Amino acid sequence: MKDTDIKRLLYTHLLCIFSIILSVFIPSLCLENFSLLETHLTWLCTCSGFVTAVNLVLYLVVKPNASSKRSSLSHKVTRFLKCCIYFLMSCFSFHVIFVLYGAPLIELALETFLFAVILSTFTTVPCLCLLGPNLKAWLRVFSRNGVTSIWENSLQITTISSFVGAWLGALPIPLDWERPWQVWPISCTLGATFGYVAGLVISPLWIYWNRKQLTYKNN
Amino acid sequence: MQKASVLLFLAWVCFLFYTGITLFTSGFLLTRLELTNHSSCQEPPGPGSLPPGSQGKPGACWMASRFSRVVLVLIDALRFDFAQPQHSHAPGEPPVSLPFLGKLSSLKRILEIQPHHARLYRSQVDPPTTTMQRLKALTTGSLPTFIDAGSNFASHAIVEDNLIKQLTSAGRRVVFMGDDTWKDLFPGAFSKAFFFPSFNVRDLDTVDNGILEHLYPTMDSGEWDVLIAHFLGVDHCGHKHGPHHPEMAKKLSQMDQVIQGLVEHLENDTLLVVAGDHGMTTNGDHGGDSELEVSAALFLYSPTALFPSIPPEEPEVIPQVSLVPTLALLLGLPIPFGNIGEVMTEVFSGGEDSQPLSSALAQASALHLNAQQVSRFLHTYSAATENLQAKKLHQLQKLFSKASADYQWLLQRPKGAEATLPTVIAELQQFLRGARAMCIESWARFSLVRMAGGAALLAVACFICLMASQWAISPGFPFCPLLLIPVAWGLVGAAVYAVLLGTIELKLDLVLLGAVAAVSSFLPFLWKAWAGWGSKRPLATLFPIPRPVLLFLLIRLAVFFSDSFVVAEARATPFLLGSFILLLVVQLHWEGQLLPPKLLTMPRLGTSATTNSPRHNGAYALRLGVGLLLCTRLAGLFHRCPEETPVCNSSPWLSPLASMVGGRAKNLWYGACVAALVALLAAVRLWLRRYGNLKSPEPPMLFVRWGLPLMALGTAAYWALASGADEMPPRLQALVSGASVVLPRAVVGLAASGLALLLWKPVTVLVKAGAGAPRTRTVLTPFSGPPSSQADLDYVVPQIYRHMQEEFRGRLERTRSQGPLTVAAYQLGSVYSAAVVTALTLLAFPLLLLHAERISLVFLLLFVQSFLLLHLLAAGIPVTTSGPFTVPWQAVSAWALMATQTFYSTGHQPVFPAIHWHAAFVGFPEGHGSCTWLPALLVGANTFASHLLFAVGCPLLLLWPFLCESQGLRKRQQPPGNEAEARVRPEEEEPLMEMRLRDAPHHFYAALLQLGLKYLFILGVQILACALAASILRRHLMVWKVFAPKFIFEAVGFIVSSVGLLLGIALVMRVDGAVSSWFRQLFLAQQR
Repeated sequence: MKDTDIKRLLYTHLLCIFSIILSVFIPSLCLENFSLLETHLTWLCTCSGFVTAVNLVLYLVVKPNASSKRSSLSHKVTRFLKCCIYFLMSCFSFHVIFVLYGAPLIELALETFLFAVILSTFTTVPCLCLLGPNLKAWLRVFSRNGVTSIWENSLQITTISSFVGAWLGALPIPLDWERPWQVWPISCTLGATFGYVAGLVISPLWIYWNRKQLTYKNN
Repeated sequence: MQKASVLLFLAWVCFLFYTGITLFTSGFLLTRLELTNHSSCQEPPGPGSLPPGSQGKPGACWMASRFSRVVLVLIDALRFDFAQPQHSHAPGEPPVSLPFLGKLSSLKRILEIQPHHARLYRSQVDPPTTTMQRLKALTTGSLPTFIDAGSNFASHAIVEDNLIKQLTSAGRRVVFMGDDTWKDLFPGAFSKAFFFPSFNVRDLDTVDNGILEHLYPTMDSGEWDVLIAHFLGVDHCGHKHGPHHPEMAKKLSQMDQVIQGLVEHLENDTLLVVAGDHGMTTNGDHGGDSELEVSAALFLYSPTALFPSIPPEEPEVIPQVSLVPTLALLLGLPIPFGNIGEVMTEVFSGGEDSQPLSSALAQASALHLNAQQVSRFLHTYSAATENLQAKKLHQLQKLFSKASADYQWLLQRPKGAEATLPTVIAELQQFLRGARAMCIESWARFSLVRMAGGAALLAVACFICLMASQWAISPGFPFCPLLLIPVAWGLVGAAVYAVLLGTIELKLDLVLLGAVAAVSSFLPFLWKAWAGWGSKRPLATLFPIPRPVLLFLLIRLAVFFSDSFVVAEARATPFLLGSFILLLVVQLHWEGQLLPPKLLTMPRLGTSATTNSPRHNGAYALRLGVGLLLCTRLAGLFHRCPEETPVCNSSPWLSPLASMVGGRAKNLWYGACVAALVALLAAVRLWLRRYGNLKSPEPPMLFVRWGLPLMALGTAAYWALASGADEMPPRLQALVSGASVVLPRAVVGLAASGLALLLWKPVTVLVKAGAGAPRTRTVLTPFSGPPSSQADLDYVVPQIYRHMQEEFRGRLERTRSQGPLTVAAYQLGSVYSAAVVTALTLLAFPLLLLHAERISLVFLLLFVQSFLLLHLLAAGIPVTTSGPFTVPWQAVSAWALMATQTFYSTGHQPVFPAIHWHAAFVGFPEGHGSCTWLPALLVGANTFASHLLFAVGCPLLLLWPFLCESQGLRKRQQPPGNEAEARVRPEEEEPLMEMRLRDAPHHFYAALLQLGLKYLFILGVQILACALAASILRRHLMVWKVFAPKFIFEAVGFIVSSVGLLLGIALVMRVDGAVSSWFRQLFLAQQR
C-alpha cells in the first residue's frame, strides 16, 4: 500500500462529496421552488442519480480492482444486468426492513421506498462497483479481517457509517419540536447522507493514520 | 444451603431496591385520602347557634348570602407581578419596562378610584402548580396531591365536596366557558358550558377568542348565577414564548380589556373575582414550588362597597384556598366539607359605613363557622387515616375548643365584647392557620431529602448488583458470611433506630426504618467487598462495566428523561429491540461464527485463533433475526395510544369482541383467537415432545397432556360467552351468567393445580427399568446415524449412562452381574427448562383470560418471539463444558427490552386512564363488593403480565444454550459420512445438555445468582433513571402527566418483575432438588 493509493482514495471520495453538494444546488437552478425539505423526494432522486453516476464514472476511470480478467461483451452485459437486479433487490429488502422497524406499511410507501433507494445508493452501489454482484465477496468484506485492500476498507467504513447515520436519523422523530425535518423519512435520509459523507471523510484519514498497522493479504 | 443463600441474597438485593423505591416515593408522591362526605345546608358544621341573621332568610344557609351572583374569571398562570400596579418611580430611577409589567392597568385604575370596592391580593399557591391540581384546590378548598387515594384513576372527576357541587345542589345555574379540563373534573355539573381544547400549548388564541365570543352575550342574557371563564392564552404564551416576549404584553392587554368590559357589565348584586391559578417561572413553565410559580394574583371587585378600609400599599398575602370558604359564605352556601382554607375576614365586615363592633362580630362568626368546619374535617380525616400527626392534632383540638368556648361566651354576653373580640378572632385564625400548616406538612411538599435518599439507595443497589454479578462467578465467593453479615447488621441498625425513636418518643416511620435497615446492611457488605477484593486485584475488575450493551443501556436510560420519548416509548422500544437483534446477527457474522471458514480469505497472521467452527450456518441466524423483527412488528399492530388524539389512534383490535357489531367479522376474529390459543398449546406440546419430556408419566406432564387442552377449552368457551352474551336468547341468560362466573375460575383453578403438581413432582423424565442385558446395550448406545422413525420420535437422551458410570460404577457392575436390571432415563437433558416452560404456559393462560380476546394473538407472538430470541442468543454463546457458566449482558438486556415491548403490545401504556379496568370483572361479573385487594390483584396481573412472564422465564437464558447443544450435535450427525466416526467416539458425542449444569452445582448456583443480579441491575437502572427524571424534572410541565405515572408504573413493574424472578429461580432450584433426590432414589433402588 502506498501513499498514492490513499491520495487517489481521498480524491475519489472528495468527488463523491462534491456530487452530493451538487445534487443540492443544481436542481434549484433548473427547477423552481426547489428546496431540500419541501421537495424532498425530488432531491432524493437527484441525489441518488448523482451519486450513482459519480460512483460508476469513478469505477470506470480508477478501476480499483484492476486484477479482474478481461471478458467478453456479453459477460459484461449480464454482469451489468445482474448488478441492476441486485440493486433493486437491495432496495426492496431495505424497504422491508424499514417496515419491520416500524415505518408505516401503506401510507408514505413512496417516501419509504425512496429512502430505501438512497440508502442502497450509499451502500449497495459502491459494493456493486467494487466487488461486483458477488454476495460471498460482500460477506467477506463485512466480517472481521475480511478486507484485502484500502478500497474495501473504505467501503466498509462508508457503508457502516451510512447505516449508523440512518439509524441515528430515526432517533429525533418522536421529539415534539415540530420541525419540518422531523417528518418521516426526512431525518433518516438526511442522517444517512451525513453518515455517508462522514464515512467518505473519515475513511481516508483513518486509513492514513493506521497505514502502519494495516497489512493486506493481497497487497 | 447454597440454594437458599442464593435466593436470600437476591431477596436482600430486592429489599434494598424496595426501600429505595418506597423512600423516594414517600418524598415524591404525597398521598391524601379523599373523603366523600358533603356539607349540607341543614347540617351546621358544629354545635352552637348559627350566626345572627342566618335564620329565616330565604336562600341563606350557614350564613346569609351577600351576593347572589359571581363572575369568576380564571386567567391561567396569572402571576402576581403581572397584575401588580406599577407605581411611578422616583425621578432618578429609570422605569422598568418588561412585557408583562403593568399591562393590567384597569386593576390599578379601579383600585385608585374605588378603594372600598376592590382589593388585590397576592395569593399563595400550594404545589404542585399544575392546572388540574389548582382547579381542584380552587373548588374543594383542599390541597390536592398527585395521588389522591380513593379517587378513581379512570376519570378525573372530583369526588370530594366542592363549590360547584354545592352550587348545583343549591339550584344555582353555573355557566362555564374555557379550558376543557373542567369537563373532566365536573362532568355534567354546568347548566351551560362552552369547552375549548386545552391540549395544544402552541395555540394562544383559540380558547380566549372562543370565550370572548360567548362571554358578554351570556352575561347579558342573565341566565346564570355563577359564570366561570377560564382563559388559557397567558399560560400558553408562557409555555411557547416565556413571559419576556412581546406576545405576553399583547395577551395581558387583551385580558385587561376583558376585565374592563366585565366591570362595565356588572350589576350590583354581582361579585367579580379575577384569579390566576398559579404563576410561572422565568421560562414560562410551572408545576413546581419556586417563588414565581406559587405566587398568583387574586382580585376582587364589587359594584357596591365591600371593604371597610382602603387597600394597603403592599397587597396582602393570602393562601389561594381562602377563596373557597369566602365565596361559599358570600354566596350563602355551606363551606365544602374538605376545605382547609381560612375565610378572608375583610369581606365580611359589611362595607365602609358599618359599625366596628358589628363588623367585627360578623367577621368572628364567619371565622367560627369556618373553624367548626375545619375541625369537623380534621376529626373525620384523622378517624379515617393516620397520616396526620396525632400530637399536633391534639394541640389543635385544644386550641379550637378554647376558641369556640370563648366565642360562645361572647355571644351570650354582648357587653364587653369589644375587648374580647379581637382575641377570639386571633384564636380562631391561629387554629385555622395551624390546621392548614399541619395539612401542608403532611400533604403538599416534595421532600427533597427523601427523594435524594431514595435515589441514592437505588444507585447503591444497582452498584451492588453490578459488583456482585461479577463477583458471583469467581470461585471464592463467600456466600454465607456475605449474606449473614449484612442481614445481621441491617437488623441491628433497624433495632437501634427503633429504640432511639422510642426513647425520644417519635412516631415510628416504617419507610425510614426500612431505609435505615438497608443502609446499615449494605455498608458492611461494601466494606467487606472492598477489603476482600480491592486489595488483591485492580479496581477495574471491581467495577465491571457492561461494555457490550453500554450504548444501548445509555440510550434506553436517556429515553426516560424526555417526555416525548416516554410518550413514544411504545414505538421506540420495538425500534431499539429490532436494532439490538440486527446488531446481534451482524455481530455473529462479524465474529465469523456464521460463515464456514473456507469462505473467508486467510486470516491475518497471528489472529488465526478462530479455530472453533461455526455451529450454525449464516442463514439460520438471519432467519431467526428476520423472524424476530417480523414478530415485533406484528405485535406492534396492537398499539394503544397514551391519549386519544387526532394524530394517534389506538388499534381497534384491543377492544373486546363483544363490542364488535359485524357478525361475520366477529366470528372470524373469534376463530383467529381460538386458533392462536390452539397454536400456543400445540407449540408448547411440540416443544416438550421434541425434547421428549412429554413422554414422561409424571403428573405435570399428564397435566400438560390433558389439563392444558381443558384450560384452552374453558378459555375458548368463556370467550364465546363473553363476546356473544347479548345475542343469547333470554332463556339461557341465567346459564350464561353462571358460566361466565364459573369458567374463568375453573381455568385459574386448573392452572393453580397444574403449578402445584409441577412443584410437587418437577422431574419430568421417563424411566425404563428391567430390560434385559442385550436390550440395555442398545439403549446405552448413543443415538447416532440418520434418525429412524422411532428414534426420531422419542429422541433419546441417555444421560443416565454417564452418571451411572461416574457415580455408581461399582454398583452398576454388581447389579449387572447379579441380574439384568438396568435403568434408562430419558429427557434429563431438558428437565429444568421443561419445568420452566410448563410453568410459563400455566401462568400465561390465566393472564390471557384477563385480557381482551384478541390479545391472545400477542401472547402467541410473545412465546414465538422469546423462543426465537433464545435461539438467537444461544447461537452466540459457546457451550461451556464445566463452568463457570455465565449469561452475557446482551441476553439479559434483550430479555428486559422484550418484556417492555410486550407490555406495550398487550395494549398497555404507563398512564392511569389506559389501565384495563375491565380485568377486575373477569370471573366476577357482579363486582367485588367491599373487597379491594382482589380487583387490584386482577388489574395488576393484567397490567404487569409481561413483566411477570418474562421474569419467571428469565432462567431460560441460562438454560437454553445447553438445550441447543443437542440440536447442534444432531445437525452435525446428519451427514451419513460421519456415522462411522460417531460410532468410534460415542461418549464424546453424547449431548449432556442441562446435566452439565448439574455436574458443577456450585457454578450452576453462581450462574443463577449472576443471572438474577444482572436482570435486577438492568431493571434497577431503569427505575433509577425514572426516579432521577421525576426528581430533576419536577418543575416540568409534564411531570404529573408523564414522568410521575411512568415512575409509578416502572416501580410496580420492578416489584412484580423481581418477585417473578425470585419465583423463577426458586422453581429451577426446586427442580434441581428434585433431580438430586431422584438420583438418590435411583441409587437406593440400585442397591436393592
